[in-house]
Order: sequence, then structure tokens, then C-alpha cells
Amino acid sequence: MEVTTTHEALLGETGIPGELLPQRYDGPRAFGWWGMVWLIGTEATLFALLIASYFYLRFRNGPIWPPDGIATPDLALPLIMTAILWSSSIPVHMAHTGIRAGNVTRLKVGLAAGFVLGATFLVMTLGVEWPEKLDEFGPTTNAYGSLFYTLTGFHGAHVLAGLMLSLWTQVRAWQGAFDESRHLTVQNFTMYWHFVDVVWAFVLATIYLTPHL
Amino acid sequence: MTTTAAPEAAATTISTVERLDAVWAEPPGLGSWLGTVDHKRIGLRYIYTGMAFFVAGGIESLLIRTQLAGPDLDVIGPEAFNQLFSMHGITMMFLFAMPVFSGFGNYFVPLMVGARDMAFPRLNAFGYWVLLASGFFLYSSFLVGRAPNAGWFNYVPLSGEAFTPAINIDYYAVGLIFLGISSTGGAINFIVTILKLRAPGMIVSRIPIFVWGELAMSLQIVFALPALTLVSVLLLLDRKFDFHFFDADAGGDPLLWQHLFWVFGHPEVYIVALPGFGIASAIIPTWVRRPIVGYTYIVIGELSVALIGFGVWVHHMFAVGLPNITLGFISLASFMVAIPSSIQVFAWLATLVAGRPVLRTPLLFVLGFIFIFVIGGVTGVMFAAIPFDQGVHDSYFVVAHLHYVLVGSAVFPIFAAIYHWGPKITGRLLDDRLGKVSFWLMFVGFNLAFFPQHLLGLFGMPRRVYTYDSDLGWGGYNMASTIGAFMLALGILVTIVNWFRSRSRGAPAGNDPWRGETLEWYASSPPAHYNFVTIPTVRGREPMWDQPELAEGVQPPEDGGRPLTDGHVTLSTSMLDARPQAIVHMPHASVWPFLLAVALLVLAFAVLLDNWALTVAALVASVGGLIGWYWPRGQTQET
Amino acid sequence: MLDPRSDDARRVEGLWWVLFWISCAVVAVVTGFLLAAVRRRRAELHSEDDIDEDDIDRRPVPWGDRFVVIAGAAIPGGILAGSFAFSLVVLNDMGSVDDRPLEVEVVGHTWWWEVRYPNGAVTANEIRIPVGETVQLALPTADVIHSFWVPELQVKKDHIPGADNQLSVVADHAGRFRGQCAEFCGLQHAHMEILVVAMPADEFDDWVEREAEPAAEPQGAAAEDGRRIFERASCAGCHTIRGTSAEGTLGPDLTHLADRETLGAGVVRLTPESLAAFITDPQDDKPGVSMPPTELTPDQVDAVVAYLTELE
Repeated sequence: MEVTTTHEALLGETGIPGELLPQRYDGPRAFGWWGMVWLIGTEATLFALLIASYFYLRFRNGPIWPPDGIATPDLALPLIMTAILWSSSIPVHMAHTGIRAGNVTRLKVGLAAGFVLGATFLVMTLGVEWPEKLDEFGPTTNAYGSLFYTLTGFHGAHVLAGLMLSLWTQVRAWQGAFDESRHLTVQNFTMYWHFVDVVWAFVLATIYLTPHL
Repeated sequence: MTTTAAPEAAATTISTVERLDAVWAEPPGLGSWLGTVDHKRIGLRYIYTGMAFFVAGGIESLLIRTQLAGPDLDVIGPEAFNQLFSMHGITMMFLFAMPVFSGFGNYFVPLMVGARDMAFPRLNAFGYWVLLASGFFLYSSFLVGRAPNAGWFNYVPLSGEAFTPAINIDYYAVGLIFLGISSTGGAINFIVTILKLRAPGMIVSRIPIFVWGELAMSLQIVFALPALTLVSVLLLLDRKFDFHFFDADAGGDPLLWQHLFWVFGHPEVYIVALPGFGIASAIIPTWVRRPIVGYTYIVIGELSVALIGFGVWVHHMFAVGLPNITLGFISLASFMVAIPSSIQVFAWLATLVAGRPVLRTPLLFVLGFIFIFVIGGVTGVMFAAIPFDQGVHDSYFVVAHLHYVLVGSAVFPIFAAIYHWGPKITGRLLDDRLGKVSFWLMFVGFNLAFFPQHLLGLFGMPRRVYTYDSDLGWGGYNMASTIGAFMLALGILVTIVNWFRSRSRGAPAGNDPWRGETLEWYASSPPAHYNFVTIPTVRGREPMWDQPELAEGVQPPEDGGRPLTDGHVTLSTSMLDARPQAIVHMPHASVWPFLLAVALLVLAFAVLLDNWALTVAALVASVGGLIGWYWPRGQTQET
Repeated sequence: MLDPRSDDARRVEGLWWVLFWISCAVVAVVTGFLLAAVRRRRAELHSEDDIDEDDIDRRPVPWGDRFVVIAGAAIPGGILAGSFAFSLVVLNDMGSVDDRPLEVEVVGHTWWWEVRYPNGAVTANEIRIPVGETVQLALPTADVIHSFWVPELQVKKDHIPGADNQLSVVADHAGRFRGQCAEFCGLQHAHMEILVVAMPADEFDDWVEREAEPAAEPQGAAAEDGRRIFERASCAGCHTIRGTSAEGTLGPDLTHLADRETLGAGVVRLTPESLAAFITDPQDDKPGVSMPPTELTPDQVDAVVAYLTELE
């Protein structure tokens, strides 16, 4: 049976007389939703272990941290970047609620705005923050450097993946693929994007805040 | 498929079958061969590929045992020996045990839960192609004489750039990252299938224990594999780009490798044991003609082992100089993790004693498993005692223990499964007499091979040595061990011969040769593409024993059977109480999983060879593969 | 482990036997149940008719749950808790308490052991200790992870880069105790033998004093030749002979080589012939070792051997 986008195809027969079940749904009824949830689970575990490695090496290194004369990280730039990244979740959230109400325009605008903010964050990481830090230390300087660039780099890679997922979602949105009853991709993208934001909270706390304690 | 219903119902059944066939059959040809998403075809490929690597790993072990048969032998030199024992471990854990358990899981979990396929059929296909590609990748290292050579746990600094600059170790790290993609995808697939795709009425307390075992394994994979992936990435960064995670001179720590590796490594040994326990719990009831005793305790046991198994990894590091107080906590947890396994053993024993065993090959292998595993289990408990561990750590006592638990809880259950489920897969019975010959050769050969190794460890023989002195008195025990190894290999060969003979000459099996209790026996042998004419409603833990309409043929709609013939669909149900929730449209065959796996293989070689241009190209190709995969073709309703 | 020659080794052996007998009992119980089940087997095993759907036993097993909980959890739990407690007691008893132990540094190398005494004595692969006294071994490594393991005397401990591991050893009577590196460290991990020689305290004091002295002067022309060749050839680039100009540190200190039983960390017994062969091509005895085949002529090798065999 060809699957159409009209509401009449929402319900299907199971073969038990009188029993009709939905064929359109999202959230925990959709397998793809669970797929994203568990993918986030594995990635969250990866970050948790990387952060644990940071603290392990920190405490093995003793009281002076960062070591070898490296300055305690400055907070101004990271906090600005945090504001940009976290604020990107607002248009993304609005895009999601928009399509849940059938508003394709809000979907497109929200996704685009979220993309711009997310891309800005990434450009600031690679174009401003890292060059600044590289003046002082690199990943090959010592274990601290290796940790710093790997932790921020892993997060940046996940932001990049999120941006690519955003592009895909936007392409599909412009193709008219989504309406109020079918938008699992948007939901999955939104979950992933919020996950990247949450991870940043931990990265921020670990690298930038804890050395000040 | 027989039915005793009225002619009208029979006619309906036939037309149902025709409609299902039309929708579910995969047309023959290269496209179908490369693109199949049928969980049975994929599961069987996993099993064949895993067993092929089992033979490879076995040959490696026979070469090792030949070199060690006597003191100061010169059959294999140290470099080749180091590659052989490293690849033996890697092969057996990653390319045999996990894939074969995934294979049986892939084949039988959908059947046992009453579904038509796994939750993510294309991810399933992808997982297989990645397994094949990563196995090819790892074994290509032998062609250039550069197989991993620092052991399956690959400690730094030996595995660092300074001491092993050649690509042996890069093969290891890249290969395991690559493999991890397959394992993780497969695990997510199992979890979602088991939670969401069960037949109506299969509430949580009616889930077959084999399925619980695959769920426990999958949950562990999801949370343990990231540790291996991470530590392999950190090693590659240290080796290729001069990072300093493991460099004690620059603020790093070699012990970070050990911690991260064993955070993965200890759960890994349960990953390759829990499905074996699940197989035992599946086979025993059928072959003693009664339901399992202590179902709830067994399930709690499986899940507890999976959980507690994450808390004991430091017991692999009792000799590195950590403070006794730390060791004490780990020691306590390591003693206690024996309890959930012990619960399962005694539940099996209770079932065996309460039932009337039929001593055919499947049950023999399960009995052998219990005996061997318990011996491995008691030596494992010995290792929880810190001073004793510090005495025999890194000696042949460990080699003996690990083979008792791993061969016990992986190899013997897998062979039991071959005899128990082989007829379901091929439609033919295996020869039971040959099966018994195989069992006894394997059982005696195994114990002869590995029991003496306990003594060697107590006498002071370290592990991973390519030779030993003639005046130490170790020669006799080593020779016995070598003879046992060859006997074990012969026993394995007998089953391999039995399998291929039975494919052409075995007696027809019929749907349910053993009158089993779970839903895989509701399907035909081999099952049709669509598994079941109707997706059954389940009303008990042993549906084939409880519900005569299942055993006699097709459960009709008035009894709760759902034909679901409108398209390439199956049924999704709620997690705890398995109420029907939705109709799920499943994807058709697709070559994109294969293409994406090829792109990743190219990526793996590019990273191995430090070819960064090719790396970027392969990454771009991979993204292209993902886009091709997800590009909608109008057949699924999800976007 | 089964041949303890120290108090600590005896404690571990005792722990082993306790665990062993408990394990035997467990295996016996499980085997007993397996055999009991086998005895209940169906008599007819030969035809398809055995397996009959009417033959399923659906009766509940009233003792089942209790059996699983008691035999599977409660009793094992008790045994395990008791074993854990006992193992902690043994752990607590291990390691000597001695105010002023003799501190010896054993540096792990691929694939030999450097042994350094407080008075400046340096040797390799053989560790002499006084009987009955606590010897505190420091366990650094020069390269990868090694593990110091002399089963008759003590449990093992790893040499970890960046760590400061210590192991205490007490031999309760004189003798030779063999050990081996227990952490895979590369090609010749199999040939990294340790020999601990325990001697009466006064003999030990004499020995360690002699060992700290520089090398004996060569006796005779051949030996004199040998020393000259040693100092000028590549030998001196890797080896030290205190009292000569050879000060290399890549290989073992050879100042008192002739005092040792073996070469190459136990790969061959030390004789003039084996020494000559080893110098000529160490790759024969120990393939992969860092020492290359010699550039010396056979006569030169003989001279060097004549010198080295005098260095007691």
C-alpha cells in the first residue's frame, strides 16, 4: 500500500475485525525516536568518560592545574560562546513547536536561525578561541593541552554533526516533507541539538569553571 | 503449515499467505544479496562469519599451543607469536563471540517475541557489513606481517609510538573503533526491538529468557563500548599526533589506558557470557520437558550481572600499586558479582532435577557449559581475593580461568544452539550421534587443554611467553594442554562437518521437532520471509505449550492473531504490557548500508595509513552514504 | 605459590588452600545435582516419539524458589562474604613492618633488571639479599610496564612509568629463588628472569661491599687486551664497568659480571663459551634484544671474554 500524507491514511487495519491502529506518530511510539535516544546515550557515555579522564589526570597531576605555567582559563570568551550556543536552542525549540502546530514557516525560520547561531559558536571555537589558546599551549604541549583540545574538539565535532543534521532537516522542510502529524526528523534533530547544549554545560564546567575552584 | 480449520478459514489463510509473500519476499539477485534487510538472512550471515573467525582464532591457538608444547621450541618466533596471541584474543572476543551471539539474537529475537523483523532493518544490515569490513580490515594486517602484537588489552607504553612505532597498533585501534560501530548499532537495534516489537500479550514477565539475555548484553554494549572507542581514539591521538594522554613525562598516565580499557573490558566478558546464559535458559525447559524454575530470579540475575559488572574493572589492576582501600571495595564487588550468576546456575539445576532430561546433543552441551562455567566461576571468585590475585595475576592461572568461563559460557552454549536451533534455520535435523561425538571430544579436549594451566600458573609460569626453560618442569603440563587443544579442535570440526552434511542429507525437521515452548517454533522451518502468517497474541510464558491453536497451525483473528497484510508492516506494542499501539511500516531492501560500510572501510584504511586527503574524501563519501540511506523513497511513513 | 619461602608467600598459600577447598565443595555440589538430573533422564532416547507434546510437566515446583534463593544466593552469599573478610585479614597481614629495611632499587628494562644498592653497588638480573631481613624494593621502569614476580617469596607488583611502586621481600632462609617478569613487555618478555639469592647477613654485607668496588684489574695479557678492546669498541657505549672508561648506561652494569649465574636475564648459563657466543651474536640467544652482533674478530672476542670472566 502506498503511504500518503493525508489524514485518511493515519489509521490502518490489523486484520482483527474492527481494530484500527495509527500509522503516523512520533515520540516514544516511533522507533526512530528510540534510536536517537539510545544514540544520545552512547555519546553521553563517551563524554562522561572523557570528562572523567580529565579529572583523573588532573588529580594525578597534583595541586597546580593547569600545569607548567599555563594560565587558568579566562571566562569571558567561553561565556559569550555559551550564550550563543544555548540561545540557539530557542529557535530550534520554536521550530519544533511550530511544526507540531502545522506551521511550516516557523519551522524553516527556527531551523535557519538555530543553524546560524550554532555555526557562529563553531566558528568562534575554531577561529577565535583555539588560535588564542594555541599561542599559549597546544595539544602536544602536555596532557592538559591534549585534554583541552580533545574535549573541546569532541564537542565541536558534535556541533558540526548537529549542523549537518540541521541542514538535512531544512532541506526536507523545504521539500514539504513535514506536517503536524509527521515530523520525526525534526523531533530527533531537536533532541540531538539540546543534547549538544547539555554536553556543553559539562564541558564548560569542567574546563573553564573547575580550575577556578 | 497445517491448519485444521474449516475450508473457508483455510482459503482465507491461503490468500493471507499469498499477500504476505508478495509483500515480504525479497527478489533474487545482486541487489537483494547486497541489500537484504531480512533479519534471518542477516543473522545467518553473522553466524557464518563469526564461525569462520572462530576457525581462524582456533588455528591461531593451535599454532600457539604447538610452539608451547615443549620447552625451548622454535616453531614460531617471538614476533609471530606475539601477533598470534594478540589476534587470537581479538578474534575470539570481537569477531567470533559477539557476532555469533548477535547472529543468533538477530535470527531468533524477532521470532521469539513474535515480530516480523528487527526495529531497524537497514541498521541491521549495516551492522553486518561493518562487521565483515572490520574483520577484513583487522586480518589484512597479517598480509603485511603487522598484526596487532601487544595483546588484546594492548597496554601503553608498550603500545605507544615510542615502543611500537609500526602500524600493528594502529590496526588495533582503528579496527576496534570500526567494530564498535557494528556492535553499538546492533545493540540499539536489539533494545528497541525487545522493548517495542513484542507480540501483544507478551508482558514483561512473559519475555523469553534468551531475549532478556540479549537485552542485558545490549544494554552493556551501549554503555561499555564508548570506553573502548574513547581509549582507542586517545591512543591514536598520542601515536599519530604526539598527544600526551598516556605519557607520564608530560602529565599523562599509562594507568589511564588500563582504567578506560577495563571499564569496557570487564563488561565485555559479561557481554560474551550473558547471551550464553540466555541460551541455556532457552534450551533447558524444552529438553527437560517442563518450564524453567525461578524465572524471575534468573531475569534479575541477568540484569544484575550486567549492572554490577560495571563496578569491578579495577580487579584487573590489583598489581599496579593502587591503595588497599580502593582495592578492598573492588574486591567486595567482585565477590558479590558471583551471586547473580550463582542464582542462575541453581535455577538451572532445579529445573534439570525437577524435569525429565532428554540427553540429546543440545542438552549435553548445556550440561557441559554448566560444569565448565562453574569451575571458571570458582576460580574467578579466587581472583576477587586480593592477595591471591596478586600472586597469580598475569600467570597461566588467569589463562585457565578465562578459558573456563569464556569457552564455558560462550562456546558450549553456541554449540548447543547450533544443534537446538539449527533445524529451525535449515529445516533439517543434525545427526545426533555425530553431535555426541563432537560434544565428548570438545568436553574432554577442553578440560585436558585448560585444567593443567591452573597448575602452571601456580608453579609460576607467566602468560604471553613464547617459550620457557626446560629445567622448570613445565613441559609435561604444556604438552598435555597442547594435546587437549587439538582434541578440542577435532571436536569442533566434527560439528562443522555435521552442519554441512545435514544441510543436504539431514532429515526434515518440521516446524517444531522438539515441541519447544517459545514462538520461534510457531514459524516454519526455515521461517517464511514474513515469519508468521498472523502475529500471535500471547497469553503465557510458554505460548507453544499453553496455546493449542498456535501449536496446531495459524492463530486466527478470533483468537487474537493479526494478519497485518496491508503492506510491509509489523506491529509495535507498549513497553511493559505489550498492548498494540501502532502499525509500523518497515523499509525494503537497500544497498546504502553496504555502500556506507564500504565508505567506512576506506576511511579506516585512510586513517591507518595517515592519508588525510583520502580520510576527508571518505568522510564526505560517508556523509553521502547517510544521505542516500535516508533519502525518502515513499515507502515509510516516518520522515 | 605452592612452594612458599617467606611469611608473605605462606600467607598467600594458606589463602589459596582455603579457597581451593571451598571451590572443590561448590563444584562437587553442582556436579552432584547435574548427575542427579542425568539419573532422572528418560529411558528411551532413540526415537522421535520421546518428544511428545502431552509429556510436558506443568506442575509447579514448590521448593523451586526457596531452593534458588537459599542455594543460589544465601549460602553462596555467606561463603563469599566470609571469603572476602578472610582475604582482607590476609591482605592486612602482608608486608613487613620494619623500621629500617634495606632499600634496593630494581629498575625494569626491556628485557633485563637493573639492581642498585644504597652503597653504590650496581648489578643486573640477580638480586642478593640478607636472610631474615626486610628488603624494600623500589620498582621504577626505564621504558614500558614490567612486573616483578618471585613466587616463592612474594606476590607481584608492576613497574609503572610515573608511579612509585614498592614491594617488601623477606626470605626466611638462604637459597636461590627464581622469578620472571609478569607483564607482557615485548619480544623477549619470555626471557626476563629474576634470580633472588638470599645469604646469611654477614656474607651479604661482605658481598655488597665488594660489589660496590670498581672492577678488578686484569690479570694477564689476554685480559688486559680484553679490557682495552672493551673500552674502545662499541661495548663501552652501552655498558658500564666501574673503574674503567666504559660508562654506557643502555645495557647492564658488567663490573662484577663473573659473579652472576646467567647471561641475558636467564637466557643462558654464564660460561666462557656462552659469553663468547652471546657477544658474537646475542640475536641468536635472544632475538630482538637491543645488543647488536659484534664487530670484533673472534680473537678479540676471546680477549674480552678473558677479561670479563675475571670480573667477580
